[in-house]
Amino acid sequence: MEQNWLFIGVFVAIAGVFPLLPIVIARILAPSKPNHIKLETYECGMETVGDTWVQFKVQYYIYGLVFLIFDIETAFLYPWAVAYGVLPMFAVIEGVIFILILAGGLFYAWRKGALEWS
Amino acid sequence: MSFWSNPILVANEWLTGLLADLLPEAWATLISTIIGVVVVSSFGLILVIFLIWLERKVAARFQDRIGPNRAGPYGLLQTIADIVKLLTKEDSIPEKADKLTFNLAPIVSMIAVLLIWAVIPFAPGWIGTDLNVGVLYIAAVGSFGILSILMAGWASNNKYALLGAFRAVAQLISYEVPMLLTLLVPVLLARSMGMMTVVEMQSTWFIVLAPVAGVIFLVSSIAEVGRTPFDLIEAESEIVAGYHTEYTGMKFGLFFAAEFLHAFTVGVLFAILYLGGWRGPGAEQYPILGVVYLMAKSSIGYFIVMWVRSTLPRIRIDHMLDLNWKVLTPISLALLIATAVLDKLFAETALRVPALLAGNLAVLALSWVLVRIMSRKARRERQVFKKRPEARAVQP
Repeated sequence: MEQNWLFIGVFVAIAGVFPLLPIVIARILAPSKPNHIKLETYECGMETVGDTWVQFKVQYYIYGLVFLIFDIETAFLYPWAVAYGVLPMFAVIEGVIFILILAGGLFYAWRKGALEWS
Repeated sequence: MSFWSNPILVANEWLTGLLADLLPEAWATLISTIIGVVVVSSFGLILVIFLIWLERKVAARFQDRIGPNRAGPYGLLQTIADIVKLLTKEDSIPEKADKLTFNLAPIVSMIAVLLIWAVIPFAPGWIGTDLNVGVLYIAAVGSFGILSILMAGWASNNKYALLGAFRAVAQLISYEVPMLLTLLVPVLLARSMGMMTVVEMQSTWFIVLAPVAGVIFLVSSIAEVGRTPFDLIEAESEIVAGYHTEYTGMKFGLFFAAEFLHAFTVGVLFAILYLGGWRGPGAEQYPILGVVYLMAKSSIGYFIVMWVRSTLPRIRIDHMLDLNWKVLTPISLALLIATAVLDKLFAETALRVPALLAGNLAVLALSWVLVRIMSRKARRERQVFKKRPEARAVQP
């Protein structure tokens, strides 16, 4: 088991080196003549007005919240699915009830209008 | 066992023996791990050079063009020429950008895709590492891609890029829900999260046991990659190029390569989870055949992704999110319940396959009827809404 995670750890490091390599090569090969106008924010030739990092539509965050709940609850279902082979019917029904509660949460968010884009 | 039937195993044994003689055990393990990692990850990277050429060629055929045909035979060296060009292009970092995050984002996007390849079973015994939580691992590292897009969009300090990143948040994380739920169906049927076990358990392919789940997995994976018709995160007619507006040269190239590799990885995952992975006649004896089978099956999923990309127009963001939350997510929840109950009821009997198939089709039929009813109701509401301003206009 440790060997498996050693593999993943080494993989993360090497997968980081591979994309770094072309960037380093490009830094050596590519010309570099920056000037103020070239490094301005690109907006199809218009000058930028105001700050970019401002408040945004709240709907994006609501989707984020609904996702978060679903993601965590789905993560809980994975152990159930692995143990499925040895579970009796009773435990399977329990899992089904859990999924139904999950579905209930979805319909609650739906009725509350959290899933409307407007 | 001869070298040609199982070259990886033979090479691995030779290497382990060699290292065990030369070095203490801990170092030998580390070095053989590093060699394994380099082999698996460079396979993905070499593949992407070919994939870009393939996709351009196939997309060209769909649009009645020839595609790249100048560099090398059949234009095969076109991608190499592109890489050379990208390497010699100036890399400009906007003055206002958050420099560290800006530079890190393309690297993270590439890492996220490459990491999936660590648990891909190519053939019996040919796997980077057979994690016992393989499927969950895929779900986990898959989310890194979203992070890289958010990093890129935020760090660019460009309004279009940030809009693209916000759309990515809404879209990618939404489609992660049906993807996670349909990843759960093969886990349920195989009773294991290990990728190797999932393949070994598929004496009947899971696409037969759970066809609807397979289709939902493919659709939500296309949305995860951010391809047409779900490419709102880089909609060029609305937000220039989305999150990578400010990127030039090789950093843009990395985003590009990561997207192509991710699209093929979707095909590979679809093949492993639903089309039986490396399974095929003779694959047990000659693992090299298993790789051929896996690549052939992956091409099916990849071709569907390309086909959809060249056929369908981009859909509107509210339609896309409605499709996810109001259609795909409830259906995948229903499928999960149907699969769990039916597989338990008919576990060891001959009726298992027909029962699961019937359950899937019943869920599909039921959801089709519900969608029809709901869309009629929504249309009626829209018409009422449209009439109201006219009625007000005629009043004095």
